[in-house]
Amino acid sequence: MPIGHAGPEIAMIVGAIATLLFATFASQRFQSWSAAVAGLTLIVAAAEIARIIDLEQQVTFSGVWALDDTAAWSKMIIIISSGLVVLMSPDWFHTDQRHGEYYAVLLFGGAGAMAMASAADLSELVLAVLLSSITGYVMAAYHRASPVSVEAGMKYFLIGLFGNTALLLGATFMFGIAGTTRYAGFAPGSVAGAAGVIAVVSLVIGLAFKVGAAPVHEWVPDVAQGAPVPSAAFLTVVPKVAALVAFARLIPAVSDEIAWRPIVAVISVATMTIGNLGALRQEDVRRLLGWSSVSQAGYGLMAVVVVDRTDFAIPALLMFVAAYALANIAAFAVVAELRGLTALDHYQGLGTKQPLLAGVLAISLLSLVGIPPLGGFTAKLELFTAAIDGGYGWLALVAVANTVLSLAYYLRVLEKMYLQPVENDVPARLGWRVTVAAMTAVILVVALGLFAGPVLEAFESAQLLGS
Amino acid sequence: MLTLVVLIPILGALFVGLAKAGHDRWVATVFAGIPLVFLVITWTRFDFDSDAMFQLTETATWIPTLGVGWRMGVDGISLAIATMSALIFVAAMVYPVDTKGRPSAYYAWMLFLEAVSLGLFLTTDLLVFYVFFDLSLVGMYFLIGRWGHGESQLAAMKFFVYTLAGSLVMLLGILALYTATDPLTFDMEELINQQPLAGNTVRGGVALLLIVLGLAVKTPLFPVHTWLPPAHVNAPGPVSAILAGVLLKMGTYGLIRIPFSMMRESFDRFALVIAIVGVVSILYGSLVALGQTDLKRRIAYTSVNHMGYSVLGIAAAGAFASGNDAARNLALTGATVEMVAHGLITGSLFLMAGSFWQRTQSYVMDEYGGLSASAPKLATAAVVAAFASLGLPGLVGFVAEFQIFVGVFAVFPVLAGIGLIGIVITAVLFLQMLQKIFFGEPAGRSLSFADLGKAEVAVLAVLLGLVVFLGIYPRWLLALIDHTAAVLVGAA
Repeated sequence: MPIGHAGPEIAMIVGAIATLLFATFASQRFQSWSAAVAGLTLIVAAAEIARIIDLEQQVTFSGVWALDDTAAWSKMIIIISSGLVVLMSPDWFHTDQRHGEYYAVLLFGGAGAMAMASAADLSELVLAVLLSSITGYVMAAYHRASPVSVEAGMKYFLIGLFGNTALLLGATFMFGIAGTTRYAGFAPGSVAGAAGVIAVVSLVIGLAFKVGAAPVHEWVPDVAQGAPVPSAAFLTVVPKVAALVAFARLIPAVSDEIAWRPIVAVISVATMTIGNLGALRQEDVRRLLGWSSVSQAGYGLMAVVVVDRTDFAIPALLMFVAAYALANIAAFAVVAELRGLTALDHYQGLGTKQPLLAGVLAISLLSLVGIPPLGGFTAKLELFTAAIDGGYGWLALVAVANTVLSLAYYLRVLEKMYLQPVENDVPARLGWRVTVAAMTAVILVVALGLFAGPVLEAFESAQLLGS
Repeated sequence: MLTLVVLIPILGALFVGLAKAGHDRWVATVFAGIPLVFLVITWTRFDFDSDAMFQLTETATWIPTLGVGWRMGVDGISLAIATMSALIFVAAMVYPVDTKGRPSAYYAWMLFLEAVSLGLFLTTDLLVFYVFFDLSLVGMYFLIGRWGHGESQLAAMKFFVYTLAGSLVMLLGILALYTATDPLTFDMEELINQQPLAGNTVRGGVALLLIVLGLAVKTPLFPVHTWLPPAHVNAPGPVSAILAGVLLKMGTYGLIRIPFSMMRESFDRFALVIAIVGVVSILYGSLVALGQTDLKRRIAYTSVNHMGYSVLGIAAAGAFASGNDAARNLALTGATVEMVAHGLITGSLFLMAGSFWQRTQSYVMDEYGGLSASAPKLATAAVVAAFASLGLPGLVGFVAEFQIFVGVFAVFPVLAGIGLIGIVITAVLFLQMLQKIFFGEPAGRSLSFADLGKAEVAVLAVLLGLVVFLGIYPRWLLALIDHTAAVLVGAA
């Protein structure tokens, strides 16, 4: 049990404490320097992951901690996403005189998400989910003087309470049935009967909350609209990435006695459809991005459905979370750079007034649609291939129908920005750091498509251990 | 060299879009012209004695784990269509158009569209084909939406949603085909040699259905053609010319390239169905066109009709089990010539429609009359193009339709008979259009109508010159196409 196997998480927690201490003692003038401490932490954590990827893929710490490449790559995505959020935060929060602690909360949240990706044991999973959830509530409500922000935090908290309780309930039932919380200990055929159904359904709901999937998706649009934009970017990305991996790791460990595959398939369909229908008529860009993020979670779940049936599933999952995370962060960064500009009408003529920002937003939305050669296309290509190869061709067909549906609202944004005449004034910008974050994210989105070869080659060898 | 054909317009698009150096139209024409020159050189280097499926190939790895690569190469069919497309692009760049004060963006998108269109015809990798197929939608969306008129935003949206639905359905079909390959590959040559779904009746049928449906949207065939009229009517003339001349060909070219070549067994089973859809499109397109009072809508619907001929020819050629190699070979050659012919003819007709809009902002035929008096050059061009389109012997449209029908008669005689009715209706609708607009007493908007300018005359002279030249001396084009068609139908 070498302690180094948890190196990235330890780095995150130590860094979070250091950030907290710094923020506590630093004067108001130096509060944003916490961002630098947080950035440093993320770099150390990334270096730790680079070290771990070279290790043999294994389950460690007496079987509770999966040290495989699926976890490692998803943690890398979590760290890059967190780094981009950190980059856009100082400008966003500069009016908040004591915002240094924000970075500590963010790092704790990141650590929780990373632990979620590695959890191969239900207690470990619950711990990670709770760490990620509690920090999430704080981040969503960070503008304590803003009713909208507090409302977003409150809704997130209430639905989270339900989701987390369901997870605990499921974990308890599983322990009762199997006599262990280790995924590897769930003997084939043991999870069955009424208790088994309750256990599986509760676990699915608990994780669906973190994924932002139906039927516990309602927090996503509220957080996207009301939370501070960096928090919205973080919360619609980081916990989702981790939870999708946790989902893919946990569910196949429960035997096929319970028809979990159709259950997840139905949730996937419901999620993408509800998300797209919700986004269809939105006049608020942040809310639209929130609903779009719901629908994207539905696509991601396609990989979970076929996870142990085809070799395409894990590369598809990783490619999807990478492309989704970066495109979503790029879109939110543009919103942040426009000082949280939220009404769709205010985006009219942006293509002429702010060509760079409009371009970033356009590319990230087109990537979310899945237009080649962007990262989102490679992701959908992999997802569709995985679904067809795994015998879920109908799911791919539903996803296609949903993609077409989603085009309708993504195009509404493009239409506003590019096709309609310029009328309003140039929107004010927030700061160059936010632009850097947006540009970095979008360049990575394009790179994921153009250089999909080496990326997929790296993902190819990723295993998903624990079951 | 083929890679450069794609790369140069892309670089041109970046240069025109970002450099803001002025003279965008002429800079864009130069960037658009280089690929044409390269393709003509490729034509001269084409080896007619070679047995290789694709010639002048170039490859580079892209996504090795999925078997995707940057693969370029030509056969007779793709080279003929690509060269015609490059020519239409040059013509569309030169042709004057109202760029609404944003010339650099307009020409940048046009060059982008040229790159992806030529890439689509020249690639021999199925996934790269799909990538270009999708990207052509993005380019067209912005061109229609930003530089169109009337309800252009709605038309652009409809176009994008409709054709993306088609292309995604096709993607599923392609993936069903792809996941059956061993080892996994998107290499077209491999796919053609492997025939991955042969012997798999159900999966082969489903994959074929999905792919054909996707391509039918693009072609467009009845009943999935409804995006076409609004897109055409609201787009600027040169963009319409690209849409009809180049983008529609992606559907029929895809039909030959993917299901026809890669799924022979399934295609053979459904050849009759596809042929029937083709005939329905022929009749429907011509009848609806006849009912239009709007000049551009009328031309738009004749595209449905003409693409129907092409599909009918491809379907007949794909009835592999019927034997009769010579007739099927003829049908496939005719279908390909039809694509080239339709590109040149309908491309010029839409450019002329653009000239109407530039001058009067009206496409209503009844508002014109006796235009041949005030605009004799336009009248001459329109007469040549209309006669070519209705299939007058001596012009290239006749060469195409004659071969298609001779071929189809041997395979599906009844359908060929019904399809011929379409030719009659087309003749009526074009003659009626010429008569309404150009002949009789000058009236309405014709009175102060300025004739074609120098650039317009030059462009139309080249396009229609080719229409006449290929009509009289088709051997030059036929040799190229026939070389490949014979291999594809299995006659060689």
